[in-house]
Amino acid sequence: MATQEKVIKVINLVKKFGSFVANDHLTFDVFRGEIFGFLGANGAGKTTAIRILCGLSYPTSGEVTIDGLDIYRQREQIKKRIGYMSQRFSLYDDLTLGENIRFYAGVYGLSREDIRQRTAALVDKLELHAIEKKLIRELPPGWKQKLAFSVATIHQPGIVFLDEPTSGVDPITRRQFWEMIYDKAGEGMTVFVTTHYMDEAEYCGRVSIMSEGKIHALDTPAQLISKYNVRNMDEVFLRIARNIEAV
Amino acid sequence: MNKFRGFVIKEFFHIFRDVRTMIILFGMPVMQMLLFGYVITNEIKEAKIAILDHSRDHVTTELSRRIVASSYFQLAQVLDHDKEILDVFRKGDVKEVIVFEADFAEKLEKTGQAKVQILGDASEPNTAKILVNYTTGILMSYIQELNTQTELPLRIDPVTTMLYNPQMAGVYMFVPGTIAMLLMLICALMTSISITREKELGTMELLLVSPLKAFQIIVGKVLPYVFLGFINAVTILLLGNFVFGVPIQGSVILLLLESILFIIMSLSLGILISTLTNSQQIAMMVSMVALMLPTILLSGFIYPVENMPKILQYLCYIVPPKYFIIIVKNIMLKGTGMEYVWKETLIIIGFTMVFLLLSIRKFKIRLA
Amino acid sequence: MAESAVVTENLSKHFGAVKALDDISFKIGKGELFGFIGPDGAGKTTLFRILTTLLLPDGGKATVEGFDTVSEYRQIRRISGYMPGKFSLYHDLSVEENLRFFATIFGTTVSENIHLVQDLYSQIEPFRKRKAGKLSGGMKQKLALCCALIHQPVILFLDEPTTGVDAVSRKEFWEMLNRLRRQQITILVSTPYMDEAGRCDRVALMQSGKIMTIDTPQGIRQQFRKKILAVKGRDMFGLMKILEGFPEIERSYLFGQSLHVTGVSEALTADDLSARLRQQQAPDFRVEEITPDIEDCFIDLTATRE
Repeated sequence: MATQEKVIKVINLVKKFGSFVANDHLTFDVFRGEIFGFLGANGAGKTTAIRILCGLSYPTSGEVTIDGLDIYRQREQIKKRIGYMSQRFSLYDDLTLGENIRFYAGVYGLSREDIRQRTAALVDKLELHAIEKKLIRELPPGWKQKLAFSVATIHQPGIVFLDEPTSGVDPITRRQFWEMIYDKAGEGMTVFVTTHYMDEAEYCGRVSIMSEGKIHALDTPAQLISKYNVRNMDEVFLRIARNIEAV
Repeated sequence: MNKFRGFVIKEFFHIFRDVRTMIILFGMPVMQMLLFGYVITNEIKEAKIAILDHSRDHVTTELSRRIVASSYFQLAQVLDHDKEILDVFRKGDVKEVIVFEADFAEKLEKTGQAKVQILGDASEPNTAKILVNYTTGILMSYIQELNTQTELPLRIDPVTTMLYNPQMAGVYMFVPGTIAMLLMLICALMTSISITREKELGTMELLLVSPLKAFQIIVGKVLPYVFLGFINAVTILLLGNFVFGVPIQGSVILLLLESILFIIMSLSLGILISTLTNSQQIAMMVSMVALMLPTILLSGFIYPVENMPKILQYLCYIVPPKYFIIIVKNIMLKGTGMEYVWKETLIIIGFTMVFLLLSIRKFKIRLA
Repeated sequence: MAESAVVTENLSKHFGAVKALDDISFKIGKGELFGFIGPDGAGKTTLFRILTTLLLPDGGKATVEGFDTVSEYRQIRRISGYMPGKFSLYHDLSVEENLRFFATIFGTTVSENIHLVQDLYSQIEPFRKRKAGKLSGGMKQKLALCCALIHQPVILFLDEPTTGVDAVSRKEFWEMLNRLRRQQITILVSTPYMDEAGRCDRVALMQSGKIMTIDTPQGIRQQFRKKILAVKGRDMFGLMKILEGFPEIERSYLFGQSLHVTGVSEALTADDLSARLRQQQAPDFRVEEITPDIEDCFIDLTATRE
């Protein structure tokens, strides 16, 4: 699982939109193989930060390296080494699972033989034989998220970014999803995840809590819970958000 | 009624606050008019021509003089041989070459028939067509004059389009065409987009769940556009008249009433499109493909219907702007009244009824 | 619960081959705060759309305040407030203009009814000139609720008002709903978050177009068939792997900081499980019996159905 190797390094990241400061001097590291929970209220600046980390937009200032690559100069290489999945955009509804895999794998330049092998491995592992040829929209909703995660990691990226991956998913599937996350992390993949389910915050190795563009807490869930002297992450989150509002 | 007024006010807010909508509504008509107006009038103002006169008698000299004297042509070159013709066209400056056959005056007097060859540079087909029309117009008016002077009936080419507008046929066509196109665009496209936008935003759900009735929603949506469409029609007519000197020969009142009828028809078409589609994008595509292209291509706006293959000509019969263009042409350019356009008017009323009937049947008081 | 605000009988609706609602029957009393809880695809939105007269059911019938959703839809539209799942206000209109618009289309005015939403509106009033599209998520939500309430509805339908909303704003929203209840409005609300069940008078747990159970949150917890044990430890994932190997365990799953475990037999106690784990040399753990959460009940109900 988590190692000491820093795979994401962020130093004094600032992103401004006009006079609005979306990210206000963020500084944090994420270690290889870690499950890193990136929490915060709506509009706290999470999405802005993720877009920068994925190489989709430039910071206003600050230093960011992903897997040793510089965010300003090596965006294209970075994109090859990361995976991304969100609740809003995951798989093409009107393609079959196989077609989705071939498309994504093709985008990342996997060879035909690789694609064939990895598809077969995935189908075996998740026991998808019955549904391999079905269109994604014909599948039960819970399945979609699990498949989207598998497809987003089909090129075996070093880091995967998950933006609210389990939103609206039923409790059983949500847990199966987290088991898949644990599996990948166990293989050494770094998982960077956002969620509004506070029980899921407990499953992360470390979590950061953002509010109004700043990171206000960053530690293991257990440490945070004992530091704020509360029972669970839900209360930690409430404490941090409420305190900030009170100021 | 208060509910309804609130609804219409809201629609005006949407229109006035959206820069893109405002540009389409007010920028577009002016732009289009100026564009079409200047392009068409500039192209044919002082167009360079060459004359190859094999006869060089008093008739051909007089004809040449008249052609060159008109403000549309400018004599660039006098040719001596047929083989020079291709060369001048290749150079590209000369847009038209007029060739008089040998013994022109003599043939005209003896047989009542003489030949002029008019060669246009059809790499710009519209310009060429207009230039050729002018030239024929000038030739025809000369022959008409001759006919009144002599007892001998000289041969007249029966080109009917020349009769009303002997020298300008086609030039003013851009005004009826532009009015038709813009009203179609604004009324049909904008209403269909504004209704589908509510579907996309999810606000249609709220409207449906409110006590507003279906016809209140529909009429409330289109009313602002009737108003704005009318303002546009007036703007175009004024621009045409004052900037490009396009005359309004017939009744202005009748012209405006016909415009309102056409606006209502376009709106009902817009509503119909919006009842059949759920996204702005599709509404826009349908409007573009199903309305704009036929309006431009099949209405006789740019390409004359008579020159089209038979199948396309039949297709033209179901393009509503075709009839509106005929009406505007008649009232504006020929100065005729209702007695000449009642048929077209009835056809447009028919279209309106069909579209409205279909939309009312298709408009859902529910989501599915 | 003398009178019913909403009654459905054998309601069903399908889209193509998908059964969105499958034979749903329930009654909701006047003045109740009633929650429909279930994941995406459970049929919550379809149900709300049928009740708000936006969709026709394929089978069965439903009444809202005694009015039939099909034949008497006009009456229902006059008395209900509705907040669809997606943020559905006019982005290009200001806060004030949105509110005024929704008041006028119901044939009333803002000033006539502002007292109904005063509590809520005072929070967004400082921004009344701002365009709705420029509001923060929480503000938008408050405005949407104001707009749904401005015509003094008898019954309020809130379709997933808290989905995608952070935990803090969610709590605030429920506090607002609680205050609203004093006005005797019947409130139907749907949510995918199980932890919000406790905020309702009664809830229906939904999955795949069916209602699995309806009761008070307390009642649902009491219905739970078995003892439920919570296992805590340092290496949760390791513990989980060990537990998966135990034949006497019916189910074990992560639940926040602990693992929740149910035995195959009712007899499995915390002591039994501790002994078994020690046998396997599991490091550093603690087992205790707990009362089940709504989410435990949901998992149990879904799993036993399958």
